[in-house]
Amino acid sequence: MLKRRLIPKLQIKILPFAERLRPVLVTTRQFGKHIEIGDPVSQARIYEAQAADELIILDLDASGNNRGILVNVIRKAAEVIFMPFTVGGGVRSVADFVTLLSNGADKVSINTAAVETPDLINEASAALGAQCVVLSIDYRQDKTGKYSVWIKGGRVKTKLDPVEWAKEGERRGAGEILLTSIDLDGTRAGLDVELTRQVVESVSLPVITSGGCGLASHFVEGYQKGGADAVSAGTYFCFKDENTMQVRSHIKNAGIPIRLHR
Amino acid sequence: MNTNTVGIVDYGMGNLLSVYHAVEMAGGNPKICGTPEELDQVQRIILPGVGAFRNCIINLTQRGFVDALRDAVFRQGKPIIGICLGMQVMARRSFEGGVHPGLGWFDADVIRLKSNDPSLRIPQVGWNDVTYRPDSIFFAGNPEKPDFYFVHSYYMACDQPEDVQATCDYGGIVTAAVGKNNIFATQFHPEKSQDYGLQVLQNFLKWLP
Repeated sequence: MLKRRLIPKLQIKILPFAERLRPVLVTTRQFGKHIEIGDPVSQARIYEAQAADELIILDLDASGNNRGILVNVIRKAAEVIFMPFTVGGGVRSVADFVTLLSNGADKVSINTAAVETPDLINEASAALGAQCVVLSIDYRQDKTGKYSVWIKGGRVKTKLDPVEWAKEGERRGAGEILLTSIDLDGTRAGLDVELTRQVVESVSLPVITSGGCGLASHFVEGYQKGGADAVSAGTYFCFKDENTMQVRSHIKNAGIPIRLHR
Repeated sequence: MNTNTVGIVDYGMGNLLSVYHAVEMAGGNPKICGTPEELDQVQRIILPGVGAFRNCIINLTQRGFVDALRDAVFRQGKPIIGICLGMQVMARRSFEGGVHPGLGWFDADVIRLKSNDPSLRIPQVGWNDVTYRPDSIFFAGNPEKPDFYFVHSYYMACDQPEDVQATCDYGGIVTAAVGKNNIFATQFHPEKSQDYGLQVLQNFLKWLP
């Protein structure tokens, strides 16, 4: 039986240190203020030891200017982790896909560029296979309850509806959907199971949901109420004395199929 | 020459770096082979692959690997492992995006996953437990029903049940590994399946067919 997946998310900013730039693992709250946590490769190694199911590595600066530093992170990560990982942030072209995949990434997530030039989904999928094209959708809910897709790291609102955009992404050849609630990001208040459920019921692709995990029970809700194939979390694993093994036991005890061993 | 030099076929498709590191981790000496001639310098071969079947067979053909692999595998008897698309391309044909001929090493067709359960997604992405033949040397050292990482929309349906080494359940029985003579192949990614996957690679490195 296919297991549900538990996916730690590593968010990276390229920050100056001693007149050099270096990659730093950070967490964010509602895509705003970031808090520096430590070294991304060391953290990836810890997740390998704890038998996480997959990793997501995101370059929050997403400018593409420091692509070399990001590439270096994933090359180093690929040496020490033997599970699949997705890389994203500032990916704009099929050439960017190739750069990341050839340096060890298994999948590449696209967000802003997919909204601005949706054909990128078709092109990447045709050239490299749907399995490596992850459509990342950041969204917010307004006071009236209406959902909208936001791009450029949560700074720019679009007219797209996340459910419709996920469906279009599937039609265009995406292989997986990654949902992130900007409102709930870093709040530890629980996942948006409502929107997750809507997307899960609208596409036949695997759906990863994220944003808001603060308790082990939130993961369970993501699978059970949201129907998600995978739940991703960053803040949860960075601040609390919690790790993927403990969460996994909790998920298992709730009767959800999850991998227990390496 | 290191007796366990493992040639990783580079035909422009596949996450070679992951396979490279996994072979190192499993105790082998990996070598990326971008030309057919380089296969002469290795004792074992890994045929990786992700993406579309048609591109895979076109790239293999254009780079001259089809004849070179046939020579290495059938005349020289080198052990080979195909991974994911590298497994599927060993079938006689695939129905992915039309009908395309494969290498024809297995009496098998590559067909789309057809799940009886509408809640199961296509592609299958993630960890699934595998039931292997108790006598399979490739899974020795692993527990019963180990989890491996899969990502695929098509799978190999074999004419000969004896070719099937392992299966998984995805709304029906799905071929997870095949083997015969000096050929072994997995639908899952051993290089992405942590300890259990590295064990499979280690078994392949020790294999003396």
